[in-house]
Amino acid sequence: MAEITLTVNGRSVTKSVKGNTLLVEFLREDLRLTGTHVGCDTSQCGACVVHVNGKDVKACTMFAVEADGAEVATIEGEAAPDGTLSAVQAAFQEHHGLQCGFCTPGMVMTATALLRDNPKPTEAEVRDYLEGNICRCTGYHNIVKAIMAASGQDVTSIAAE
Amino acid sequence: MYAFDVVRPSSLDEAVAALGEEDAQALSGGQTLIPTLKQRLAMPSKLVSLTGIADLQGVSADGGTITIGGATPHATVAAEAGSFPALAQLAGNIGDPAVRNRGTIGGSLANNDPSACYPAAALGAGATITTNSRAIAADDYFQGLFTTALDEGEVVTSVSFPVPEKAAYVKFEQPASRFALVGVFVTKSGGDVRVAVTGASNDGVFRWSEAEAALSGNFAPEAIDGLSVSGDDMISDLHGSGAYRAHLVGVMTKRAVAAANG
Ligand SMILES: Cc1cc2nc3c(=O)[nH]c(=O)nc-3n(C[C@H](O)[C@H](O)[C@H](O)COP(=O)(O)OP(=O)(O)OC[C@H]3O[C@@H](n4cnc5c(N)ncnc54)[C@H](O)[C@@H]3O)c2cc1C
Ligand code: FES
Ligand code: FES
Repeated sequence: MAEITLTVNGRSVTKSVKGNTLLVEFLREDLRLTGTHVGCDTSQCGACVVHVNGKDVKACTMFAVEADGAEVATIEGEAAPDGTLSAVQAAFQEHHGLQCGFCTPGMVMTATALLRDNPKPTEAEVRDYLEGNICRCTGYHNIVKAIMAASGQDVTSIAAE
Repeated sequence: MYAFDVVRPSSLDEAVAALGEEDAQALSGGQTLIPTLKQRLAMPSKLVSLTGIADLQGVSADGGTITIGGATPHATVAAEAGSFPALAQLAGNIGDPAVRNRGTIGGSLANNDPSACYPAAALGAGATITTNSRAIAADDYFQGLFTTALDEGEVVTSVSFPVPEKAAYVKFEQPASRFALVGVFVTKSGGDVRVAVTGASNDGVFRWSEAEAALSGNFAPEAIDGLSVSGDDMISDLHGSGAYRAHLVGVMTKRAVAAANG
């Protein structure tokens, strides 16, 4: 066991963890932040994406002890405390960027990281950035549209509802 | 996963000492090692994380050489290796953004997956792999599938690439994993041409010497018309037969030469 101290969604947390505890297990089971999902557990699907020191990472492929001292952001911290959705979340709602919602936390965290580095991506850049995020429902169309809309770009010409 | 401890030293000396313990293993980005541990294919007693060691981080360019710290993530190389565009582009096309934020050059070269991208760059550019104890030329470093010249507990501390006059990496992606089904890294420096092929051979990354000879006379895609590699020693799996991969070696080499000529 090792004691780790990290910031999760702005709050400092100190806990003992085993060496082989994954960051996603720590978030879901120790902190009960179950918004971060496990879709594959094999680094393929992106349902577990969170930010560590501002970078999007797959929380199923990182150990909790490696986040000692880090700032971690999860989907739970994206909306404002009064419940106002982030721009990306609001656009997913507005443009129907989800169906079952299982992939959505990872999609939102990945899209948020993209827009921080590249505030006005092209549609091709959005699709490229989502390479590690799998959605089994939507066919990606409305996810891409939502992200384009969240970046403040006109999406009326992106066809097919 | 079996039980193990993870230590996070801040200096190379501490890391090397910790790796001297029985069944200790280096952990860099974990993008290969963690899946292996989940499958219980490895049973280390202790993982020694390299990512907190400042000396193993970063990209620096000096004269005609670019040097990358052993624990530098792919995303940093993609963003900062601008003086060697083919290398930056290779790093920027490994896996997906989240993998690139964690996975590192040292981990990729230590692992020497037969379908990985960095081995092609290191061999194709004639890089030098520096460890805590010595410098190893890429030509001596790769020794077959998942096998390298590294000794037990030896740490890749940096990789230096002489920046070529012309270079390009072209990979035919395996669409699910985004690893190279076949990838070719071509460089030209004066009359010296190197062609390194990944993804194809059962022996891992290799130099295609016939193509190198032909291209050093005439650095144009047509120069390798009529040349081919045998499919016999090529990887054959559900993604492609050996013959298919052998064919792709020729196609990807031509595309890489065309791309290098801009
Ligand atoms: C979804 C996905 C897609 C991917 N796509 C690609 C791709 O397209 N192309 C590609 O090339 N790769 C790809 N990869 C692999 C990725 O690049 C890995 O990051 C890389 O192969 C291993 O680097 P790592 O830092 O994660 O190493 P780790 O997983 O931490 O370690 C791998 C091995 O190297 C050893 N090791 C690590 N660092 C050192 C060091 N400095 N010195 C000595 N030994 C060391 C470890 O002990 C371990 O045995 C992909 C991975 C995933 C999960
Ligand atoms: S659960 Fe982490 S990538 Fe699928
Ligand atoms: S909305 Fe169901 S998996 Fe994406």
